[in-house]
Order: sequence, then structure tokens, then C-alpha cells
Amino acid sequence: MLELKNINKYYNPGTVNEMCLFNNFSFAVPDKQFVAVVGSNGSGKTSMLNLICGNIDPDAGDILVDGKSILTDPAYRRAKKIGRVYQDPAKGTCPSMTIMENLALAENKGNPYGLGKCVNKAKADSYRSILADLNLGLEDKFHTKVGSLSGGQRQALALVMATMTPIDYLILDEHTAALDPKTAEINMMLTKKIVESKGVTTIMVTHNLRYAVEYGNRLIMMHQGEIILDKVGDEKTNMSTDEIMGIFNRISVECGN
Amino acid sequence: MALVLSVFEQGLIYAIMALGVYITYKILDFPDLTVDGSFPMGAAITCIMISKGVNPWITLPVSFIAGAMVGILTGLIHVKLQVRDLLSGIIMMTALYTVNLRIAGKANLPIYNCSTIFDNSLVNGIFGDGLANYKTLVIIFIITIFTKLILDWYMRTKSGFMLRAVGDNDVIVTSLGVDKGLVKIVGLSIANGLVTLSGSVFSQQQRFFDISSGTGTVVIGLASVIIGTSIFKKVTLWNVTTSVVIGSLIYKGCVALAIRAGLASSDLKLVTAVLFLVILVVASDRKKKVSGR
Repeated sequence: MLELKNINKYYNPGTVNEMCLFNNFSFAVPDKQFVAVVGSNGSGKTSMLNLICGNIDPDAGDILVDGKSILTDPAYRRAKKIGRVYQDPAKGTCPSMTIMENLALAENKGNPYGLGKCVNKAKADSYRSILADLNLGLEDKFHTKVGSLSGGQRQALALVMATMTPIDYLILDEHTAALDPKTAEINMMLTKKIVESKGVTTIMVTHNLRYAVEYGNRLIMMHQGEIILDKVGDEKTNMSTDEIMGIFNRISVECGN
Repeated sequence: MALVLSVFEQGLIYAIMALGVYITYKILDFPDLTVDGSFPMGAAITCIMISKGVNPWITLPVSFIAGAMVGILTGLIHVKLQVRDLLSGIIMMTALYTVNLRIAGKANLPIYNCSTIFDNSLVNGIFGDGLANYKTLVIIFIITIFTKLILDWYMRTKSGFMLRAVGDNDVIVTSLGVDKGLVKIVGLSIANGLVTLSGSVFSQQQRFFDISSGTGTVVIGLASVIIGTSIFKKVTLWNVTTSVVIGSLIYKGCVALAIRAGLASSDLKLVTAVLFLVILVVASDRKKKVSGR
């Protein structure tokens, strides 16, 4: 269970540009839930993810994992239990290392990075079978530098790397937004497969309303730092893309976009 | 012949320092000016120890460890006090000037009559009189290659991979649950350890410590790294550390040629600077490194 409790967050406090993003914001995600988050720009989606991962600190409130506050943990310590895939495919991989080296690096997550050899050639076959599952032909590019792969391939690899070790939470930050429609589709299928097979609690921010409707078992819509729509289970299943689009357009018109 | 020998000797000594600069500049993307202070620190430590009668071989690990401490300090200033990379180095470089004077006791400390790693009964016995001219080069060659091989080994370890990752994409270091600040400190520590080791070997070859011997070290290191990595960019026969060592030899060769062409040895720093500028422009490495992002 991941909980954000009574979060307050101001940007540029004490200046004329002071902006209140979250005022008494609360949000809880029970284990095994796959939450799709939609909302317009500036609604607080990415800020919420940054609060969870420790990239920004709230001005008030608490963030709890299984009832214990993680507020004082720095981002790298929280990352031990959280996997995150960013919108920018470059952020999830090391461009100057090969696919094999990237996988070896990711597989050691949670253990100390000491003076043992990093790449274990005996693991090659198991890595190869993981890559073959992606159907992107990456298993034949084992010793290719990741920097020369396409955005879609890198993002798929980033997803694999983020979920390679046991994690409690998977954070997807518009992870298909920079990809072409077909590659995005492949990455979404892959996401679904990984989330289901690992049974990991997932929060996915997306601008694609169709993905938000099709994937996951809970949908929330954010607007100006508040959750204005929250549908779980059957309630979500019964919603259509058109319906969500209608609500989305209405709030956008209200705020003048 | 004497010129060629001297180019190889100095090139290989500076290559150890260049390997350190390679870690900071190319891997960490951190232009570390600490180098101008940690290089003469190796010389100061070595000359004072040797003049007090310590075994010259002991000075090498002692210098490395002292340099590693200095690197940790630069790292702490940058990471914990959040001082910009260039400024952290400038602060340490300036502070080390005084530290080096304190260590050596004076601005110039000769060790002409003491035994060094190049001139002691064991080495002289092995090489005899016939090969005496080559003993310095052979010993330097062994030290440099040994250092390079250890660095190559380290780069294949998990810790070495983290070092490469932090310069490549520090977001992923955090994602992998590792404190990126700590990784940077480790990198700066190893780098300055190498630089100080290089200063120790240099002072034993020159047989004196001079407080100004560090001026421009970082330029020599950067030039060697950029020459090596640009010329041999496409070479897969050997790895990058070898390219850096060769870069250092090429650089020293160019400087020697310039001096031989009629310039005075007092023009050395100007030659160093101009040559570095030419290399930067030719290698078009003026901006920050361009990665596959």
C-alpha cells in the first residue's frame, strides 16, 4: 500500500510566482493495483510521481509505504523498491554500454556494486531469452551499444531493466509518449505482460486516453492538483474512451484551454 | 636518441596522470583542476620521504593513497557542499599549493644523492652498465602498464560499471538504488590517486620536487586524453586506456619537436597551451561531450 497523505506543495514559495500545486492532496494505491493517471499539463501528474520517488519534497504531508513514512529516504534509497520508466528513452539506459552490459548492471540492483565482475557470460542465455520475448530483434544485437538503438527499442529495454529485480512499485511516466503509434502499442503490450507476470503495483501516467481506458484496473483523472475522477474495477471497465474524453474536454474548456 | 628516450619516459609518466584525467573528464564529465595540485603533491611526498631515507618503492602507494584522499575532498566539496565542478577543483588546487609547500618544507627539494626506484642497488645490479640508459624507461614502462591493467580490471567490475554509468546517464544510477554522489567521489578519488602516483614517479625521474611543476598538468592530461580518444576513436584492436597512453606519448612527442624546432624551454607552457588549443579545435571537442542522447 502506497499512500500520499495531506500533501501540500508550493512552487516558487515567497515570490510573486508562488503557485500552489497540491493543497491537502491525498491518494492511496493498494497492492497489485494498476492505476492509469490522466490529466492536462500542469495538473500535477508528474509532480505526484516525483513526490513518490523522492525527486521533490512536499512542503507538508507524508508519504507512506505499508504504513511507514519514506519521506526522509533520499531518491536512490526509495529506488531500491521502485522501478521507474521515463518519457525520455535515454533516461532508462546507458547509451555507451552494450545491451548485455546494461542488463548486467540492472540485474545487480539491490546488491552492492563492489569489485566483482559485472558481466557474467554464463547469464547470456537467460538475457537472450528475456530479449527474445520482446519480439524486437534485440537478442541479435546483444553487443550493440544502446545509444544506437531506436527510441522504441531503448524504451522496451528500459522497461525490462526497471523490472528485472523484485520491486514493489512500477512508475511509468508517460513512457510511450515519445514513441510512434506502432512502437507505443508494442511497448504497452509489453508493459501489460510485465505488470501481470510480476504482479507489481503500477502507476502509469499517460496522455493517451485510450491506453488509460484499456489498461489497468483503476483510472484517475487529475486537474489543478486534485483528483476529479476515480474509477476502480468494474466502474472503470464500463467507461468508454468517449466518456473520458467528454470529461477531459469539459475541464479543459473550464480552464480556458 | 636521447630525445626519443626522454619523450618515451616523460610520455609514459604523464600517461598515468592522463589515465586519471580520462576518468574525470571523459567518464565523469568533470573537468577536475585538482590535478594541478595533486600532481606536485606526489612529488612533494616522494621527495621528502626519499630525502628522509624511506625506501623509494614505498612512496608509490603512499602517494596514491594521499591523492585518493585529495580526490575524496574535491568530491565532498562538489557533492555535499554543492559547489560547481570547476570551482571545487580550483579551491583544491589553490589549497594544495600551500599543503605541498608544507609537505616539502620549501619550494624546491632535490634528491640527487638519494636512491630512487630508478637508481638503487637492485636495479643497477640487474641492468648493469651496458643497459643503464634504458633502465628508467623499462621501469616506467612496467609501472604504467601495470597501472593501466589494474584500471582496465576495475572498469570491468560492478563498481567500475557504476562509474561509467554515472557519466553516461546519472538518472539510471539513482534508479538502480545507488547514490550518484558517492560514485562521483569514488571516481575523483581514483583519478587523483593516479595523478599523484604519476607525480611521484615524475619527481624520481627528475630527482627533485618543484612547487611549480604542477602548473599546466591538467592541460597536458586533457590534451593526451583528447588526442588518444579522437585519433583512435574507431580502433577496436585495443581499449581506450591504451589510446590514452599513446595519446600522452604523441603529445609529449609534439612538444619535444616544437622545442627542438628552435623554441626555448621557457616557451614550454606557451607551446603546451597552443598545442592544446589546436588539439581541441581539430578534435572539435570544445563543447561538452556529445553522447547518444
